[in-house]
Amino acid sequence: MKLVSRNFATPDSHKLAVYEQSGGYARIRKALEMEPQKIIDEVITSNLRGLGGAGFPAGRKWSFLPKGNPKPRYLVVNADEGEPGTCKDKYIMTYDPHLLLEGIMIASWAINSHTCFIYIRGEYVKQARILEEAIAEAKAAGYLGDKIFGKDFPLEVIVHRGAGAYICGEETSLLNSLEGQRGWPRLKPPFPAVEGYLACPTIVNNVETISYVPWVIELGGQKFAELGSERNGGLRLYSVSGCVNKPGVYELPMGTPLREIIFEHAGGLPEGRTLKAVIPGGSSAPVLTAAEIDIPMDFDSLAKAGSMLGSAGIIVFDDSVNLVEALAVLIRFYAHESCGQCTPCREGTGWMRKIIARVLDGGGRPADPDNLLRIANNIIGRSICPLGEAASLPVIGFVTKFRAEFEEYIATSRKVDAPATTSRMAAAL
Amino acid sequence: MKNDGYSVTNKIMADSITTEQTQPAVFSPAAFKEAEAIIARYPSRDSATLPILHLAQREFGYISPAVEQLAADLLQRPVTDIHGVVTFYTMFNQKPVGKYHIQICRNISCWLKNAPGLLEHLKNRLGIDVGETTPDGKFTLTAIECLAHCEQAPAMQVNDDIITNLTKEKIDTLIGDLK
Ligand SMILES: Cc1cc2nc3c(=O)[nH]c(=O)nc-3n(C[C@H](O)[C@H](O)[C@H](O)COP(=O)(O)O)c2cc1C
Repeated sequence: MKLVSRNFATPDSHKLAVYEQSGGYARIRKALEMEPQKIIDEVITSNLRGLGGAGFPAGRKWSFLPKGNPKPRYLVVNADEGEPGTCKDKYIMTYDPHLLLEGIMIASWAINSHTCFIYIRGEYVKQARILEEAIAEAKAAGYLGDKIFGKDFPLEVIVHRGAGAYICGEETSLLNSLEGQRGWPRLKPPFPAVEGYLACPTIVNNVETISYVPWVIELGGQKFAELGSERNGGLRLYSVSGCVNKPGVYELPMGTPLREIIFEHAGGLPEGRTLKAVIPGGSSAPVLTAAEIDIPMDFDSLAKAGSMLGSAGIIVFDDSVNLVEALAVLIRFYAHESCGQCTPCREGTGWMRKIIARVLDGGGRPADPDNLLRIANNIIGRSICPLGEAASLPVIGFVTKFRAEFEEYIATSRKVDAPATTSRMAAAL
Repeated sequence: MKNDGYSVTNKIMADSITTEQTQPAVFSPAAFKEAEAIIARYPSRDSATLPILHLAQREFGYISPAVEQLAADLLQRPVTDIHGVVTFYTMFNQKPVGKYHIQICRNISCWLKNAPGLLEHLKNRLGIDVGETTPDGKFTLTAIECLAHCEQAPAMQVNDDIITNLTKEKIDTLIGDLK
């Protein structure tokens, strides 16, 4: 079964006429006949979770908007797609921009917002252009603008390009960035639903989350919920990358076993290779060992297993991969992307990078696995935003589950390597 | 985010202080009109900062102190605020870049598909190190983090285009074709 990926392979699927032929814009027409609260209720019933990473139930988030606040409300679509291993929103924006727009229209009607920003990562130049064209088409058809579908309900959608900063995918950093500031996260509370863009009530949702809303309306909340697993409604897009035969983006039910995704849908591992480790939910999610992949891919099952479904960016490592070096790539990334605002994350990620760099350069110390763990554990819970955790969880996962590999690397690389003239950390990664 | 021990941020900042341009930057009439339209789209003027800087970079190639001043005047913000924004985001160049800005991903999914080998190949092929521009001003080489094309790794960006499933051969053909 396919929902949001249904049109991906259709020629000219990004055009309004093609979208309408496949039943597009019927759901917003239906939604405009529904009471906004009824839509929110359907979304709550559907168990549609936030698919940007945190998995917060979408309908519940919408119902947190304060009542009786005279300020304008905003909808902000998070199209930053920054989590390494995640490449799914790109497909929706490239091949089905009108689906996203229809979702935006329904959500805007449900939460009574007249302005939507799509905050799209700066590198998605092509996708930003496709969205602009789709918006122009929708406007010309009277689907956006002063009176959408003839109804006394104005709606504008503005595509806003980011400029290269992973942290701007974090919703409060995104809002500061949208306001033209450095992308520094804000302390919560207040949550964006209460005080978001320009201190107005704001709903931030991921591209994919919003793109499932038309399907909730079409199928009804109950039916949508039944497509997934308990408390994890519907389907979702799984991005699979790394050591598999068929890397790609696959739409499958919530709760699909990880083993099935890797070995059936993504074609398994190359001939002669065996599975060593899997990151199940984007680079921030704690790694699973090969023995841990018989697990339903939904938010609750992975949380119970000590990892996260996150953005469902599945990164596969086979037995040829050196996991010490793999972790070094991740540590470098988080040190690079830490925004520098709060001390535990800024300093902690820098320290972890220094330690892993010396390990790679042959100067690792026997205590370094524990040093990494201690720093990671001291960042968690002490940073302004969850980037601190995102940087620490992979460290804790890799060092704990593959400790022997770290110890061996430190022991052997000290003997083998003459002091390098250029840092291997800098050169090889 | 520009917070990399290997990046040249400090050097760039020093350069921008010492090589301060005295000539003010001015938008062409067409770009000015575009800028006004951008500003009109937003409920707050500050919110137009990133799109104005993208426009300015398209017009001038990079964001010099004079361009920061131009943006500050248009947006009615202190130039220090603009500098703070420019220095936060990796996509804003504070130095001129080559005609073709090659940015290769080195994050995990591309790393698993030999991104380091391809980066070495690019360095040799272009005869420059990461962060440098060829003497003829044609190519600048940058190593960047995830481009969200993990399923088609390895990937790199050349100006506005993203090129995927890279091999050494593909890179050689591409570089040969870029005039
Ligand atoms: C460091 C960091 C990076 C994030 N990057 C993204 C991103 O690129 N895209 C996204 O949709 N959510 C991202 N998030 C999650 C957002 O903060 C937020 O939870 C999400 O946009 C809410 O939408 P949803 O409920 O529909 O998932 C990120 C969070 C953190 C902490």
